[in-house]
Amino acid sequence: MPELPPSLLSLDRPGSALSNSTGPIIDFAPDASCLDVEGLSLAYGGKPALRDLTLRVPRQRVTAFIGPSGCGKSTLLRALNRLHDLDETVSRQGSIRLEGQEIHAPEVAVDELRRRVGMVFQAPNPFPMSIYENVAFGLRLQGGMSRRRMNDIVEWALEAAALWGEVKDRLRASAWSLSIGQQQRLVIARTLAVRPEVLLLDEPASALDPISTLKIEELIRSLKSQLTLVLVTHNMQQAARVSDYTAFLHDGELVEYAPTASLFTNPRLARTENYITGRMA
Amino acid sequence: MSLAEVAGFRARLPRGEGPWAWLAAGSVALSLLMLGGLLTLIAVRGLGHFWPASVSLVELDDGQLLAGRAVRELPLATGQGRERLYFTGNRDIDGHVWQWVAVDRIVASEQPRELVVLERVRYGDFIGRLVDVRPAGSHVQGVGGGEVAWAALQARLAAVDALRDERDDLQRNVIQPLVRQLEKDPGDTAARRGLAVANDRIRGLQDAMQAEVVVLQSVDGRRLVLTLAEVLRAWRPNAMSLPEKMGAWVQGVWRFLSEGPRVANTAGGVWPAIFGTVLMVLLMSVLVTPFGVLAAVYLNEVAHQGHLTHWVRIAVRNLAGVPSIVYGVFGLGVFVYGIGGSIDEWFFSDQLPSPTFGTGGLLWASLTLALLTLPVVIVATEEGLARIPDHQREGALALGATRLEMLTRVVLPMAVPAMLTGVILAIARAAGEVAPLMLVGVAKLAPQVPVDGEFPFLHLDRKFMHLGYHVYDTAFHGDDIQAAMPMVYATALLLVLVVLVLNLTAIFLRHYLRARHGALSRH
Ligand SMILES: Nc1ncnc2c1ncn2[C@@H]1O[C@H](COP(=O)(O)OP(=O)(O)OP(=O)(O)O)[C@@H](O)[C@H]1O
Ligand SMILES: [Mg+2]
Repeated sequence: MPELPPSLLSLDRPGSALSNSTGPIIDFAPDASCLDVEGLSLAYGGKPALRDLTLRVPRQRVTAFIGPSGCGKSTLLRALNRLHDLDETVSRQGSIRLEGQEIHAPEVAVDELRRRVGMVFQAPNPFPMSIYENVAFGLRLQGGMSRRRMNDIVEWALEAAALWGEVKDRLRASAWSLSIGQQQRLVIARTLAVRPEVLLLDEPASALDPISTLKIEELIRSLKSQLTLVLVTHNMQQAARVSDYTAFLHDGELVEYAPTASLFTNPRLARTENYITGRMA
Repeated sequence: MSLAEVAGFRARLPRGEGPWAWLAAGSVALSLLMLGGLLTLIAVRGLGHFWPASVSLVELDDGQLLAGRAVRELPLATGQGRERLYFTGNRDIDGHVWQWVAVDRIVASEQPRELVVLERVRYGDFIGRLVDVRPAGSHVQGVGGGEVAWAALQARLAAVDALRDERDDLQRNVIQPLVRQLEKDPGDTAARRGLAVANDRIRGLQDAMQAEVVVLQSVDGRRLVLTLAEVLRAWRPNAMSLPEKMGAWVQGVWRFLSEGPRVANTAGGVWPAIFGTVLMVLLMSVLVTPFGVLAAVYLNEVAHQGHLTHWVRIAVRNLAGVPSIVYGVFGLGVFVYGIGGSIDEWFFSDQLPSPTFGTGGLLWASLTLALLTLPVVIVATEEGLARIPDHQREGALALGATRLEMLTRVVLPMAVPAMLTGVILAIARAAGEVAPLMLVGVAKLAPQVPVDGEFPFLHLDRKFMHLGYHVYDTAFHGDDIQAAMPMVYATALLLVLVVLVLNLTAIFLRHYLRARHGALSRH
């Protein structure tokens, strides 16, 4: 994986008192952003799910999206790699830029974009193939790769997803024979194998047991030296444990966006505090 | 409750759930019983046909003698006593082959060892005594009667069988190709010479087969002289031990399966019909699968899910309910006369007015049945596609797959079992269809199967035989329906078995593919 330049991100700690203002409070240095979302609105068949959303996702950091169920976290995540393209009922305004390049521009090939912006879903979805073939799936799509190189990348990806030790003797076994936690790490390995620049994780641990959850969290922390991660989670502790920045969304709008430490210890808006302290579902 | 549970005797009837559970279980049991009864009936009647049953020599109170196989017994119409039906054979000397006899009129009934049954080329079976085997035209005593004659007959029949095989072989592999060659090029002198030589040889064989005669006598004393060429098989059922009878039974079944039909389909075997049925069904599957799968993929994965798609879906489901004869009419009008006629005009105009593709044939029959079963494949495949969770599709897309790659690498492989389910249902429906075939290419008699060593090996334009149609034809177009009935049962049983085997093959294939999906190890 090519090493990215060290982040130039610097954070200035906020220290103000709670505010009841409604406008988004964004506390974030913009210069090292990997993804720029600007004025994004999205509706399912006329029913708005995201409203005029603007936020930046820093490079090589973990950014968490939190918010009550139905607030649009998944919708936002799926917008980032254009998974909504499949659904004709979805209408969208606004722009999303990946490393400065508009992802909706006509010259952007959507499959290439999705390779650069990988995604892991809530429920593990390995294909009904062998473990090896699952990891090699994306590589085979690109084609023209020697066997030896493919083997190397598969091993590297499984290693990176902390799964190699558990599966190295059964690469030919069906992926569906793995435990749910292993399957989720396999899916992460499969995504890592195509070397994405961004990894979107939509509640990746919500279907897992505590031990598997810890493994995934460790994995997330270890990966941020190599790529940009976006994590959707309902688990405040998890967001606090693994993310560098946290965005709080509510009803399709961005409410507050700040370094995780400050958002959790010192939220600026009452709505945010209510949510993270559990006073609002 | 599922059929499988009942069949596996694991039916659990919840107590206190009222009579409906018993009602449901009762219906299932009744259906199974009827199904079992049906299969048993055709199996017993069909397979019994090949059993060399004993022949009784019966003396009646008025001194009349008859020899025959007891078939069944019924109470007399008067209500007193019973009467028995005998199959007596000897159509040529008696004028009939069945005889009802009142049981109290029977004075004596025995089963003498020396009674022979002869299966003949014409007039069906002969039942009676063997008197002599001698050269044709001779009036001098030949080998004489008894065991000597029986042994001689066995040996002579084997020799005649060999001659007959040689003749049929010549006919098929030398004469017919030469005749076709001459049809194309009447001036081919080499072919003409070859034909003459072959015909001479055939005449020679025929003479050799007729060189000897067998002298027979019915039990009531009438004589019959047959050339050996007219006799196909001879046996002495009363002299046979059980293992011998079983051997003869196996042989009989084998001949039924492997030989062509004789005597207007009421005797002989059904090999061309088996071959035709299987080939037609396989061709149908090959034609229907890609179309059905593509249509289902379009409906489920590509088309905008709007009103139009909705209506198309309903229409497809309803197409499955169109009576099959309607498809036959369509096939006749569009495939045979329309497309077939045009093909003839463009490519086979030299052979017109005798049609090549402009008449019913294997291709049109398979296409018609493919059309008939298309909805089944579409519906089954679509259901399979709909069952594949969206997150599998999204998983592929999220790795940078295009929609085509997603379809071919993830979605379609997962839908293969569903497609095969569709094909299984299609086979089950198509293999039993007769009505449309009568319009688009099935033949009463087509001893030549549509596959042979002659280019292009698979003759899609030829007419073919079909077990279902054979049943119909045998049952209604022979002159002795009684005699044809065992053939009808045997053919029907075979049809069921062929459908079963075809289905089991597909089911096995599906199972295998499923297993491969489960514990897959590719490359
Ligand atoms: N395919 C869809 N069609 C129509 N409406 C949708 C669709 N997907 C989501 N929505 C609606 O959009 C809104 C945002 O949904 P989204 O799935 O993004 O919420 P979320 O924050 O991810 O919720 P959760 O935490 O429960 O996953 C919800 O009101 C939801 O009902
Ligand atoms: Mg969600």
